Amino acid sequence: MAGLISRGFLGRRRPAEVESRLPPGQYLVTDFPVLSAGPTPHTPLDKWSFTMEGLVRSPKTWSWAEFQKLPTETFTVDISCVTKWTKWSWAEFQKLPTETFTVDISCVTKWTKLDTKWLGVTVDTLLQAVQVDPAAHYVMAFSDGGYTTNLPLDEMVQGQAFVAFQFDDKPLAPEHGGPARLVVPHLYFWKSAKWIRGLRFMERDQPGFWESLGYHIHGDPWKEERYSGD
Amino acid sequence: MEQPVLQWQAGTVTAIRPETLKTKSFTLALPKWMAHRPGQHYDVRLTAPVTAPDGYQTQRSYSIASAPERMGELELTVERIEDGEVSPYLHDVLVPGDQLEVRGPIGGYFVWEVSLGGPLLLIAGGSGVVPLMAMLRHRAAQHATMPTRMLYSSRTADDVIYRDELDALAASDRTFEVFFSFTRQPPEVFFTFTRQPPTGWTGYRRRIDAAMLGEVIKPFDKRARVYLCGPTLLVEAVANTLVQMELPTEQIRTERFGPSGA
Repeated sequence: MAGLISRGFLGRRRPAEVESRLPPGQYLVTDFPVLSAGPTPHTPLDKWSFTMEGLVRSPKTWSWAEFQKLPTETFTVDISCVTKWTKWSWAEFQKLPTETFTVDISCVTKWTKLDTKWLGVTVDTLLQAVQVDPAAHYVMAFSDGGYTTNLPLDEMVQGQAFVAFQFDDKPLAPEHGGPARLVVPHLYFWKSAKWIRGLRFMERDQPGFWESLGYHIHGDPWKEERYSGD
Repeated sequence: MEQPVLQWQAGTVTAIRPETLKTKSFTLALPKWMAHRPGQHYDVRLTAPVTAPDGYQTQRSYSIASAPERMGELELTVERIEDGEVSPYLHDVLVPGDQLEVRGPIGGYFVWEVSLGGPLLLIAGGSGVVPLMAMLRHRAAQHATMPTRMLYSSRTADDVIYRDELDALAASDRTFEVFFSFTRQPPEVFFTFTRQPPTGWTGYRRRIDAAMLGEVIKPFDKRARVYLCGPTLLVEAVANTLVQMELPTEQIRTERFGPSGA
């Protein structure tokens, strides 16, 4: 990318091994800046849940014959198992298999932080609990406080995205998105929704919060997809 | 909403004004100027001369200080970060006549314009006052009359950016009011000093707390539209306090900067 030479600017080059990990236009930080559009939500864990909704359904299915054998009195309970969502409480969510992730993250406000360490549940694990409609190609992540962000479904599978609840071996701080946030390291960090409460599966792409306010619909830092039209 | 594609353009530095020991305001004339919304920012890009095909580049975002009524121009107020890369260049190297690559305006949430109305409460910590100043300048340029208050926290008197202009904006000038045919409703500006207040200071001299917020927000009560910008710790504490005071969260818009932003 050509640019006007800035008279007298030499720049602060970094070792090649660091430079090669910085997407274009980014600079290295060692602290962890906080960026939020409004107050930090503080949802008590007993009120927290994680929901998968939209073009998904619970994988639990019955044949008609099996269905006929279900005891009448549990019918209303069981019918809820075939509704179009799956929900975990905080306690249930904590029982899901977790993994540790060490990833580089890049914020559209220009900072990049290398080797951040998280503990969380992959979206692949969450997807095992539901059947995704083949028509679903996009996901809207939604959060406490009303924040939303959109992502392509095929960029959330195979370990590309996870819901994290620990950072640096400690519970994730509220200002950084605790109790749980989405982490999608290969996209700008606004896609890693703080205070996440669920995923909605959609047929067509729709803009989330920042995507409706001039930021790029996709947000790949290596292509410098910062703003609408980049 | 249809979004314009933002392209880099070379602005010409027409003026550099020191505001405090650590902050300067840079006025740029832009060939492809477009009106911004107060609260928005611009990206600045620096390119080093190199023999390699891809020159070293780095970018930062800086809040717009000027009102959109200043057509063709843009003013950015930048704090010099001691170990920074871009802000020391802007402070120490850039001179009027130089060119600077920018693109914007950017950001669509931390914005206020007269049509959004009030009552308006602007809360600033340190150089977080910059985007709020764009709002106050816009309000003055439009001769708007919605009730407006600013609470501005600084370490010392020497750290206050735009002090003279804020005092002038807030001054109740009866002659001015009579001479012109509109009713002037000056904003009220409250300062607090967390380290060293000026000699003889009788106002606030502590970090912003619930009692201070209660006093400043009182005439607006829960109708206040709040724009809050400053260091992360201040923004976090003030926003949490406002939520505890039962101000609706959708009326609280925040912009934060940490030790980064160099």
